[in-house]
Amino acid sequence: MAYSEKLLDHYDNPRNIGSFDKNDGGVGTGLVGAPACGDVMKLQIKVGADGRIADAKFKTFGCGSAIASSSLATEWVKGKTLEEAEKIKNTEIAQHLSLPPVKIHCSVLAEDAIKAAIKDFRTKQGSKDKAAE
Amino acid sequence: MNSITSTSPNLDNRPKLPVYLDYQATTPCDPRVVQAMLPYFTEKFGNPHSRNHSYGWDAEEAVEKARKQVADLIGADEKEIIFTSGATESNNLALKGVAHFYKDRKDHIITVATEHKCVLDSCRHLELEGFKVTYLSVQQNGLIDLEKLKAAITDKTSIVSVMAVNNEIGVIQPLAEIGAICRERGVFFHTDAAQAAGKIPLDVNAMKIDLMSISGHKIYGPKGIGALFVRRKPRVRMEAMIHGGGQERGFRSGTLPTPLIVGLGEACAIAQKEMGTEAERLTVLRDRLFNGLKAQLPDIYLNGDLDRRIPGNLNVSFAYVEGEGLMMGIKDLAVSSGSACTSASLEPSYVLRALGVEEELAHTSLRLGLGRFSTEQDVDYAIEQIVQAVKRLREMSPLWEMAQEGIDIKSIEWAEH
Repeated sequence: MAYSEKLLDHYDNPRNIGSFDKNDGGVGTGLVGAPACGDVMKLQIKVGADGRIADAKFKTFGCGSAIASSSLATEWVKGKTLEEAEKIKNTEIAQHLSLPPVKIHCSVLAEDAIKAAIKDFRTKQGSKDKAAE
Repeated sequence: MNSITSTSPNLDNRPKLPVYLDYQATTPCDPRVVQAMLPYFTEKFGNPHSRNHSYGWDAEEAVEKARKQVADLIGADEKEIIFTSGATESNNLALKGVAHFYKDRKDHIITVATEHKCVLDSCRHLELEGFKVTYLSVQQNGLIDLEKLKAAITDKTSIVSVMAVNNEIGVIQPLAEIGAICRERGVFFHTDAAQAAGKIPLDVNAMKIDLMSISGHKIYGPKGIGALFVRRKPRVRMEAMIHGGGQERGFRSGTLPTPLIVGLGEACAIAQKEMGTEAERLTVLRDRLFNGLKAQLPDIYLNGDLDRRIPGNLNVSFAYVEGEGLMMGIKDLAVSSGSACTSASLEPSYVLRALGVEEELAHTSLRLGLGRFSTEQDVDYAIEQIVQAVKRLREMSPLWEMAQEGIDIKSIEWAEH
């Protein structure tokens, strides 16, 4: 399968590999996919005091397209507010990496991972707010 | 003459890249095979069925010599060999030909879940026509359970088809035992020997095999040629699929492709002569490869039986690393994967699933095939590349991270998608 240069670059030089402490209150963790399906993505965001995503990390078990999609997702969410990050569409990821049709689900998974990380962060914030009341 | 092709090492001791490790997919033509074929494209171009001049006679003589070379490799008589376009056609002809001929009395076929797609698909086709097919399961090592075979045979069974060697995991089925069971019950035994012929000793009489499919390009011969052994005593009858001039005992019409047949014959003759030394050499290389990987990588698993296996095959699961992602990391190695992502169907290998390999491990498998032109340098380079890629990808794998933290991956409720 012929992959685009952008995709190969993300596979060869993935951005933001790694993990944050998932128990850190400022961190949101999204874990999506399933080992039996051949792809699992863990995407984490660290939200700053200004409400913007200050940093992001990922780890992915999957094919080259899955690795590249999640690598790109961490790049794109950085500096965005949660509302902005939520608007990232899988189609934009697929288009940017020129994913072949059979690999579109990799970009869907990356979008899901962003949403799951934001949701996790908000849930943590919600419980913290409640505790403060 | 020592046959070394382009996959041989060059002067600075580095292998030619990419290193070819996909010998179960196909093999390069042995240069000796090509040499034998060449005259039959040009000066000896005659139609082997032309009976009136020396062009035809020369071609016919070459075809009959090749027929004998193929027969000798498997202990058959040359009159029992039919040339076809390859093992896919041979398998189609054996199954459909026998099923159709005996359909008035028998309507049952037995085969195995791990057969090649062309056998399984032929059986599916026969099911649509109304035949009943039993797909035997395999044990964890990839071999069939002979008791299950015995239990599956009925007085309506016309043919049992069990492959000699599996194309993905290289395991060798107990052919002689299967042959004995089939002969005793009066059922024909067909074996797809595409991966076995020329690799392991085969004897159609000792093993009581009634039909055997052979492929040219799996044994350093050309693509587009194969053979089907069809036993004469006790006689196997078949309905032809391709009709025409009645060539090949009426089983397979069409002008015989003399150059390809000469190539297949030469490939069989070379294989017969060199099988023993080649198997020894490949076993050493195979063990070097597997031991080299095991020494540097934890959590890797061999799929299929190690002992009852052809020397040139390894199928290894690299836990926590997805197969296609891994293949992208070893661009300088030509291998294949059991991962879903390399197939159009997005399903992991049905062969590995049939062994009971869990889906998550099936996604992490690579097939590493060694052959006549593989070298120690190739193997050492492959070890280096695979180890490097697996280590890098494990560092990126959330599953590896969880495993290191002692989290049981099975305890997590995954959202299957």
